[in-house]
Amino acid sequence: MFDLVSFIPRAVMQGIPLLFGSTGEILTEKSGNLNLGIPGVMYVGGICGVIGAFFYEQAVPAAEMNAVLAIGVPLLCSLLGSLLMGLVYSVLTISLRANQNVTGLALTTFGVGVGNFFGGSLIKLTGSEVPSIALSATSAYFSKSLPFAGGLGWFGQVFLSYGFLAYLAVLIAIAASYVIKRTRVGLHLRAVGESPATADAAGISVTKYKYLATCIGSMIAGLGGLYYVMDYACGVWSNNAFGDRGWLAIALVIFTIWRPNVSILASILFGGFYILYLYIPSGLDLSVKELYKMIPYVVTLVVLIIVSMRKKREDQPPASLGLPYFREER
Amino acid sequence: MNKTMKFHISKRASLPWYKAWGIRAAAILAALLTCAVVTMLLTGENPLNIFTTLFYGAFGTARRSWVTIQELAILLGISLAVTPAFKMRFWNIGAEGQVLIGGLATTACMICLADKLPNAGVILCMILASIAAGAVWGFLPAFFKARWNTNETLFTLMMNYIATQLAAYYIIVWEVPKGAGKIGIINQSSEIGWLPRLGNQYLLSILIVALLTGVMYIYLNYSKHGYEIAVVGESQRTASYAGIKVERVIIRTMVLSGAVCGLMGLLLVGGINHTLTTTVVDGRGFTAVMVSWLAKFNPIAMIFTSLLLVFLSRGASEISSAFGLNHSFSDILTGIILFFIIGSEFFITYKISVRRSAGKEA
Repeated sequence: MFDLVSFIPRAVMQGIPLLFGSTGEILTEKSGNLNLGIPGVMYVGGICGVIGAFFYEQAVPAAEMNAVLAIGVPLLCSLLGSLLMGLVYSVLTISLRANQNVTGLALTTFGVGVGNFFGGSLIKLTGSEVPSIALSATSAYFSKSLPFAGGLGWFGQVFLSYGFLAYLAVLIAIAASYVIKRTRVGLHLRAVGESPATADAAGISVTKYKYLATCIGSMIAGLGGLYYVMDYACGVWSNNAFGDRGWLAIALVIFTIWRPNVSILASILFGGFYILYLYIPSGLDLSVKELYKMIPYVVTLVVLIIVSMRKKREDQPPASLGLPYFREER
Repeated sequence: MNKTMKFHISKRASLPWYKAWGIRAAAILAALLTCAVVTMLLTGENPLNIFTTLFYGAFGTARRSWVTIQELAILLGISLAVTPAFKMRFWNIGAEGQVLIGGLATTACMICLADKLPNAGVILCMILASIAAGAVWGFLPAFFKARWNTNETLFTLMMNYIATQLAAYYIIVWEVPKGAGKIGIINQSSEIGWLPRLGNQYLLSILIVALLTGVMYIYLNYSKHGYEIAVVGESQRTASYAGIKVERVIIRTMVLSGAVCGLMGLLLVGGINHTLTTTVVDGRGFTAVMVSWLAKFNPIAMIFTSLLLVFLSRGASEISSAFGLNHSFSDILTGIILFFIIGSEFFITYKISVRRSAGKEA
């Protein structure tokens, strides 16, 4: 029997990291930067939050923890970490005009390395006596849902059972969508991504927009890592547990045709695909489940192909995606 | 614009090769120093010790050196495979999947044909199947790129995961023993389908890749195909004016790219590991992109860039085990080195001059 009420919350919890990642990447790509470092950024966002929470939990006994600090410290650390990653990418690709694909892949190598390294060595490096990184006290603050959610039956479970970061993800996606589509800033941003030379001639600072979009995009994506470890994984960091969600977020960007508001439902759909194999009765044959895990990628591929075949102008990637801009080279 | 720039950036006409390599060497040196400082902060060891350990990890014993060279060969092979496509400005980041699918095809032959064909027949099938599988994985994105200009970076990226899941599926289908979730060493007693050993177990793949390096160098620089690839890479319009069939070049080159990747999958599974896991390629498909780009798509220079990366990763993993740190330490060091080299390219391509009379020219 397919249990929808238990399936949807799990799909949503899988989808939220993807939503953060794809919103961040959409913002970045709208400025013409194809940041393939997002998987690395999300790892760094997660681990920096863990490091912040780890030190806070070490410094203060669980009973005296302050809710504002318990959430604020990891949140700030996470944002700072992913901002630094965004800056590395921006300096290399925008100021130094390096190849975006190569820089992005290097950033992913570096970021995943940082995540796994500190995740695996944090305890040894700080010389503390805990057996593993389990930040359950901090996690409790992050995953706290509305107090009356439990009393509302299926409605509460489907809509109200999540930590605050989940709602933040939806809000950010709606805000990003609005800014890109309806404001002057968004118009300028799209101009930079479509044709930087034209934007430059119109007096828009291409460098400024690219820097801002990439760094803010990175910070949003980094929150996805934070949500994953603090809320979904209950504060337990295990190496490589985040897996390939970063790449899935990049896939989502195409799947939603560069629209953050579409991404809200699409990430939940992808989150559902991600765990669908748990719900499909396949008997004892475990192998079929591996094939179900292929679904999100195949679906993305199909969307990519259809979009390129239809050639509708508003569905295309930003025209200068992946290309560096150098005024003197026009 | 009323804001005056203090620096003026312009493209260099050309830089003598020794200056360009001087800049790169300086970048690598600076990167190594940064790595040493980072390692020092994390381990508290003195830098000399760190570098000794780094070197020991890669070349400390004869066995270590052989493994390092074998690793070098595999990475170089995959880098060679992606290079023709890159020269054509076709951003194939799907080498990971193309190698894996080649490995999967190899495994299929080793398992399914073991008691049906003699050893030589099995190996022949493995070679054909792996190359064909890689070629198919290369053909698909190229076909859609040529026909409908589908974004190849994203296409090949998705193909990686389709290959991974396909491999994961067959690993469970063929798992030994049932429920183990892995295949284990294939044909351990009969050694059917194991590629022959030349001297020692490392030499075969090294020789094949050495041969491949030479062939690829000639193919890219002295053949008609290589010329067409270069023209398409410079400008697709120029290419079609010159009568080059751009679509055909794109598809042909990517099939070649995929086929060579498939061949590397054969070496990994049939020659080295004799088993298949979903992580058998271990990110080399992505590292290969960087190797190829850092070497400016020159097969000979790629020997050095892949050596640098393999040396670092082997050395850094020795550091992490010597100082009880997590194995991912090597990824951090690799990342730092890459950032420096990527950044240094700017100073090779562009010239920065300080404006003395700021304000007048602007």
